[in-house]
Amino acid sequence: MIRKLIVVALCSLTLPGFSQKYTAEKSFVSFFSHGAIEDIAAENTKTVSLFNTATGDVVFSIPIKEFEFDKSLMKEHFNEKYMDTEKFPKSTFQGKISGFQGDAKGEQQAMASGKLTMHGVTQEVQIPGTVEMVDGKIVMKSKFIVKLADYKIEIPKLLWQNIAEQVEVKVEFTYKPL
Amino acid sequence: MKLILLAALLISSSCVFAQDDLLKELEQNQKPETEYTSATFKGTRLVNGQTIETKGKGTLEFIFAHRFGAVNGGVYEMFGLDQAYVRIGLEYGLTDRLGVGVGRNSVDKTIDTYLRYKVLRQSSGATNMPVTITAFGNAAVRTSPKKADATFDITLEDRMSYTGQLLIARKFSPGLSLQLMPTIVHKNTVDKTIENNNLFALGMGGRIKVSRSIALTSEYYYRFDVGPNNPYYNSLGFGVDIETGGHVFQLVMTNTRGLTERAFLGETTGQFFEGDIHLGFNVTRTFQLKKPK
Repeated sequence: MIRKLIVVALCSLTLPGFSQKYTAEKSFVSFFSHGAIEDIAAENTKTVSLFNTATGDVVFSIPIKEFEFDKSLMKEHFNEKYMDTEKFPKSTFQGKISGFQGDAKGEQQAMASGKLTMHGVTQEVQIPGTVEMVDGKIVMKSKFIVKLADYKIEIPKLLWQNIAEQVEVKVEFTYKPL
Repeated sequence: MKLILLAALLISSSCVFAQDDLLKELEQNQKPETEYTSATFKGTRLVNGQTIETKGKGTLEFIFAHRFGAVNGGVYEMFGLDQAYVRIGLEYGLTDRLGVGVGRNSVDKTIDTYLRYKVLRQSSGATNMPVTITAFGNAAVRTSPKKADATFDITLEDRMSYTGQLLIARKFSPGLSLQLMPTIVHKNTVDKTIENNNLFALGMGGRIKVSRSIALTSEYYYRFDVGPNNPYYNSLGFGVDIETGGHVFQLVMTNTRGLTERAFLGETTGQFFEGDIHLGFNVTRTFQLKKPK
């Protein structure tokens, strides 16, 4: 009987509770690249994400085609020439967020570490950011640099002046309980 | 008892892959979306004729196209470089699917205006559509010859011609796109001894990408029901597209010097394989006048 109880207890420990899972109700991913001729910036609001506060596990999936640019031609070039979007339609992150307390108030510094996949290439990354609990919702923000070469994103030689070798990425997600 | 233990083991082992599970869960929660194919061709012109592409909303394209004389003119004609036929044109994207354009070609001093509308878009995912179809229509007026020089009392009506075209294309892979172009060209006034008012043609063409910025193109228009006295030939062309930022350079070889549908579809005078080859280029520059969103 005691053994039975232990097993049940173990089960309930390992079963992730549904209330601890959060889904992104609002997402914002943008990038900015400073080039000699023109700056390039794009925004994406179609990212989906799940966050498990109990384990710290977080995943997100960014549809590359949903990046919107100031110029339609930029969008076409971005998808066709740099990101090979038909081959690699999504960029994903799978990792853990550490360094934050679920019950603390205010913005807390946190670190997301895990696998960032982009253009078919996966890299282990550590991304600093902030996590804040607001009225039962979680706001996550981060800003980091992505080097294009790390993800085998090549810049056609004829276009090199237009594109910086690294871009600044900003993300902001608002999560609600699932 | 053993069963419960097993279940507990299974559950706890699943925790090891929690991140993977979370990603799976994320993907399962996503509704399948429609993925529209983009960039079937680099530009709105394949070689001489149109492609299914429309310019994005608020985008203005300046097209400068140029054909030299035939290369078999020899040294005397500097292999055709002594002659030049030019079309200067503008095209504007009213919406992502509807475009309007105007241009002037030095061949017969022709001014053409057109509309193109993307009726269907090739897509996969939630909606599966195998091809993109764009409807194209133009009206052109040849302002040459002058009224005083004409052999008969020429009116504006006599100078008009119209084109209706369906452009049907499929991007089979990022590297290969093919297009079919059933076309009708109507000329208000023709010399009945050599041609009819209506000309039916079927065009076919495509592009193969050889690198991210360079593609090879070709285009051929077959004309149906051509009479024995018709002195013209089917138009054929090959091109190399080179893209640099906002420019597309298309270097072409073709047996026609005309750059409007009436001229290159109905009045091509050169025989490609007899050496009546015109070198030329199309240069486009794209300007974003309004933000797309």
